Amino acid sequence: MLRLLSQALLSIVFILSALPVSADSTRVGDLVIDSPWARASIGMSRPAAAYMTIRNEGTVSDALLAVSTPLSGMAEVHATSTKNGVMSMGPAGPVEIQGGGNVLLAPGGLHIMMMKLKKALIKGKTVEITLAFKRSGKVTVTAPIYGPGATRPE
Amino acid sequence: MIRHATYVRKTGLFMLAIFVGLAASIGIGWWQVDGPGSDRPMNKTKAVISPIKSMSFSLTDHEGASVGPEILLGRPSMVFFGYTFCPDVCPTTLADITGWLEDLGPDAKHLNVVLISVDPERDTPAVLADYVAAFHPKIRGWTGSLQDLSRAASAFRVTYKKVPLDDKDYAMDHTSSVFLFDASGQFRNTIDFHENREIAVPKIRRVLRDR
Repeated sequence: MLRLLSQALLSIVFILSALPVSADSTRVGDLVIDSPWARASIGMSRPAAAYMTIRNEGTVSDALLAVSTPLSGMAEVHATSTKNGVMSMGPAGPVEIQGGGNVLLAPGGLHIMMMKLKKALIKGKTVEITLAFKRSGKVTVTAPIYGPGATRPE
Repeated sequence: MIRHATYVRKTGLFMLAIFVGLAASIGIGWWQVDGPGSDRPMNKTKAVISPIKSMSFSLTDHEGASVGPEILLGRPSMVFFGYTFCPDVCPTTLADITGWLEDLGPDAKHLNVVLISVDPERDTPAVLADYVAAFHPKIRGWTGSLQDLSRAASAFRVTYKKVPLDDKDYAMDHTSSVFLFDASGQFRNTIDFHENREIAVPKIRRVLRDR
């Protein structure tokens, strides 16, 4: 009896561990968007940034073509790069996610730049971000907003 | 015999040419990678940032006070350039610096920490005040006219350039290193973007120790 119970418990643990690791993963087609988060904006006159990881569990490459959010009049994927100690930032263009690969949007690299804010991004609230992929279509993720100095999902 | 001598001479010349070629490429390689021809900013800045005492510029801090290089004397200083319209790297750098200052604990009070805006058109003192308030209280924001900025940037050998984005917005390319000066205003070191805390904090401790 005890053995049966422990087996049942074990299988429950097993099933749970097979489910997506955290509640903040969103799936669309073969793509999984993990741990989206945003930084609080400082007022509304300056843009805000959001980050996430996009995993492609399929075998065919996909691409992130556009992003949008109701809080911003203009959102784009931007890339930050450094050459000879000079840092530049600008639109990244379509971001390819190869089959079996993943793309990390993280501080100092790729980020979702939310410009022309309609509302400030306030710490403790969330922002909905819609991602449009070439193959998988559109998906909306909900990103928690952390402090203006956050450097990773908390 | 004569033929043989020519052969030897030719082979010798050939070997010499290979040797000279190899030596030249090693030399050029060294020049570009480690030598004076290196474009790594560390080497460049190390060589050329002149002492604070020789600088001359005048800016306004985020509280509206008039400031200049003289403010940076008497204590070790950490100076870096940035702008508030940058939502990705600049807050990351400020968050990193906040982390370093927290690691330094009470020693942080012996430092000047200054962010000079490369975007004075958008970064008024009031905008900078909003911005620095989100980070460590030691961090001061300095701004001024475009002409003032140009003088300050050239004093620190910093480059910056406006890059148009869509719809009249723009980004600023800029040198992203953090410059460390000792209390007498001598340039001592740079901390580059995303340098680990384990490397950055001892660099700061060194200028603090020698103050």
